[in-house]
Amino acid sequence: MSRTDLGPPDYKEMLPPVIKENYGQWLYHEYLKPGVMKHVSEKGDALYTIRIGSPRLVGLDTVRELCDLADKYCDGYLRFTSRHNVELLVSNEANVDPLLAELKQKGMPVGGTGNSISNIVHTQGWIHCHTPATDASGIVKAVMDDLYDYFTHDDLLPARLRVAMACCLNMCGAVHCSDIAILGIHRTPPRIDHTKVSKVCEIPTVIASCPTAAIKPDPKNKSVKVTEEKCMYCGNCYTMCPAMEIMDPLNDGIAILVGGKVSNSRTAPGFSRLAIPFLPNNAPRWPEVTEAVRNIVETWAKDAKKGERMGEWISRIGWERFFDRTGIPFTDKHIDDYIFSIPTFRTTTNFKW
Amino acid sequence: MTERKTPMLDELEKGPWPSFVTDLKRAAEKNDSVKDLIAQLEQSYEEKKGHWKHGGIVGVRGYGAGVIGRYSDEPEKYPNIAEFHTLRINSPAGWFYDTKTLRNVCDMWEEHGSGLLNLHGTTGDIILLGTKTNELQPTFDAFSDAGFDLGGSGSGLRSPSACCGPARCEWACYDTLDVCDNLTHEYQDEMHRPMWPYKFKFKFSGCPNDCVASIARSDLSVIGTWRDTLRINQEEIKNYANSGMDIQGRVCEKCPTKALTFNSETKELFVKAEDCTRCMHCINVLPKAVRPGKEKGATLMIGGKSTILRSAFLSWVIVPFMPLEAPYTELKDLIARIWEWWDEHGKTRERIGELIYRLGMGNFLRAVDLPPVPQMVKEPRANPYIFWQADEVIKADEATK
Ligand code: HEM
Ligand code: HEM
Ligand code: SF4
Ligand code: SF4
Ligand code: SF4
Ligand code: SF4
Repeated sequence: MSRTDLGPPDYKEMLPPVIKENYGQWLYHEYLKPGVMKHVSEKGDALYTIRIGSPRLVGLDTVRELCDLADKYCDGYLRFTSRHNVELLVSNEANVDPLLAELKQKGMPVGGTGNSISNIVHTQGWIHCHTPATDASGIVKAVMDDLYDYFTHDDLLPARLRVAMACCLNMCGAVHCSDIAILGIHRTPPRIDHTKVSKVCEIPTVIASCPTAAIKPDPKNKSVKVTEEKCMYCGNCYTMCPAMEIMDPLNDGIAILVGGKVSNSRTAPGFSRLAIPFLPNNAPRWPEVTEAVRNIVETWAKDAKKGERMGEWISRIGWERFFDRTGIPFTDKHIDDYIFSIPTFRTTTNFKW
Repeated sequence: MTERKTPMLDELEKGPWPSFVTDLKRAAEKNDSVKDLIAQLEQSYEEKKGHWKHGGIVGVRGYGAGVIGRYSDEPEKYPNIAEFHTLRINSPAGWFYDTKTLRNVCDMWEEHGSGLLNLHGTTGDIILLGTKTNELQPTFDAFSDAGFDLGGSGSGLRSPSACCGPARCEWACYDTLDVCDNLTHEYQDEMHRPMWPYKFKFKFSGCPNDCVASIARSDLSVIGTWRDTLRINQEEIKNYANSGMDIQGRVCEKCPTKALTFNSETKELFVKAEDCTRCMHCINVLPKAVRPGKEKGATLMIGGKSTILRSAFLSWVIVPFMPLEAPYTELKDLIARIWEWWDEHGKTRERIGELIYRLGMGNFLRAVDLPPVPQMVKEPRANPYIFWQADEVIKADEATK
């Protein structure tokens, strides 16, 4: 009989000796080259970390290959990061260059440190979810291919660049505070299958699930009806009720938001804001999306001062200029009409042309 | 099993970034369910539409969480993924592994499932992608025997996560890994048998850089900080200055509170401690010369979440400073009060932040017994609609007494 409520494995047993011996005693770190960090402890011990990009969705062969590398160069230890990167933890300096050489030969990208784009935090998409407006892994692959040099170099961008992707508004990728957020969106109200609603859904729960109170009972059909003008296509009703189909291949697509961040460095953390309301779902390589992201990244890279994150750059130049310089058209879609809209309206005569 | 050409997915094997399609194809050589997965995914790419049904209720004995049911909506066409469920496996704090453990994960998942996994899910679990209903219990049994357990799902606690903290970062102001591990073990029931209005997340970052994005992605964000003055090593400042670093421009002028002054003659850096808001900027730029102070602890913030339902929230300060030492009694006592209030007042699918927004921060603070302090707000309210408590006003009958 298996045990329950064991909790996760003890992290202490997963730490390489150099970390066990210097736990809490690290003194400083430096970036030796893109993707390679050196941490030095009060005792003078050094730990080298090599960060490599991964597709996050991996098979056992890849995981075993990573283990082989860790056995060969890292005394059998490695870790993963909050952005789905892999970090190989090297305690013997002599192993650093041979490891880098082997990674290069295997085509595994080393980078993501300093002023670079790190891996894109992302979600399941068509691979494994029932509500996606788009795929996640495919877009991430296409965008990272396109921005590859910005991952493997740390001197091409003004500051770090954090991109996140979620395939619907549920935002399992928590994209809402990223320098660039790629977000799958639906654009049409749910299509109700009246024959199924009363069988598979609890009607009061479905009604309560709608944030805009767009759903009303429809006693005649023993079902519900949706006031279409009120619906903002969040899909929350579909999460509660499979008879409220939200996916719509004709209209689903992608929105791009920019300028958010989570770190407290210099300026407060803040939300990403809408830059592009809609781009089409052109699988398999989403050229409109990769182009739009590249345009934003390169406009920022050209225009920002050293050290300025995307949002800091935008607040310095102003959103008027952001739309100007990126050439992105400003539309009625950019003006908030949800519950916290008022603070986003301009209440001063000070603005730019 | 459906063997078919996949011209669209093949396009995603091109380019320098590692390809998930290549990983899928390699996995398909050993596992027929992955062949069907690839075929169904190609169909999604053609039709621009997902092909998974709503999850049904599946699980393992004794648990109400940790397993997400997943069924193909074309089971006749793709019989090997008619059932293709997810297990969430709680990862060790900080995502450190020895290869013996990780290889064991591979062997077990090869035996019991598709061989596909996410390292890791956005919440931080090892996500095992795809197995059949009758394999769920055997998979769990194998992982349990190997020292693993399920993560959280549903209306319960999610697997807490932590930055690498003192294991590899000189800036950690408390032991993120230990708090994360300690609380995860303490709250097994809350994780595995969901019984709340909705989900609840903890994330632990060791300093205000917030590398696990706790401020945006957790209901209770625990972010390391210090109360005294940051520490400056003047020797190292000189070294930076001599190596050409523009300390005035890149550090002092970027300091948001203008708390730093640089004497370019003596090459010394000074901080006006009472002005510093501990933003980490100077430390980030001069890691060898500037460090957090010595009186360390954490700022606790509440309510962070993404858009669903009532807009995204960043967490709000509720305790400006709390020292965090094992066994973390003060933190756990506060968590108990927060959960009790949420459990009592929260509506179905209402996160704690939304509940606080609906019932008011004042009510929340009174209920969980936290004193109001100016660190909680950017600025005081601008409206006069103050809710007075019964004991703060004079009732007519008392006045005539
Ligand atoms: C039913 C289909 C869904 C699937 C397949 C799915 C999948 C996932 C997975 C695999 C994770 C990572 C879990 C982990 O690491 O433990 C996750 C996290 C998350 N999910 Fe979902 N999810 C679904 C529905 C939802 C819904 C309905 C919401 C919102 C109401 C939501 C919001 C989130 C958020 C915000 C996170 C993680 C954010 C974080 O911890 O940073 N998901 N989801
Ligand atoms: C000792 C120095 C540091 C260590 C050990 C450290 C560690 C980490 C690690 C391992 C990650 C995941 C990285 C990835 O996969 O790309 C990360 C992410 C991050 N780091 Fe750091 N970091 C350090 C310094 C900084 C600095 C200087 C900043 C800000 C100026 C910062 C802000 C962030 C942010 C915002 C994220 C991304 C969080 C997210 O959106 O998921 N970190 N950090
Ligand atoms: S973001 Fe939406 S579509 Fe994507 S995995 Fe999460 S719930 Fe599914
Ligand atoms: S999609 Fe969202 S807004 Fe539209 S009816 Fe459903 S719950 Fe309401
Ligand atoms: S949050 Fe701070 S302490 Fe934790 S890893 Fe990031 S920089 Fe280090
Ligand atoms: S931590 Fe931030 S606020 Fe404090 S002195 Fe350094 S740059 Fe200024």
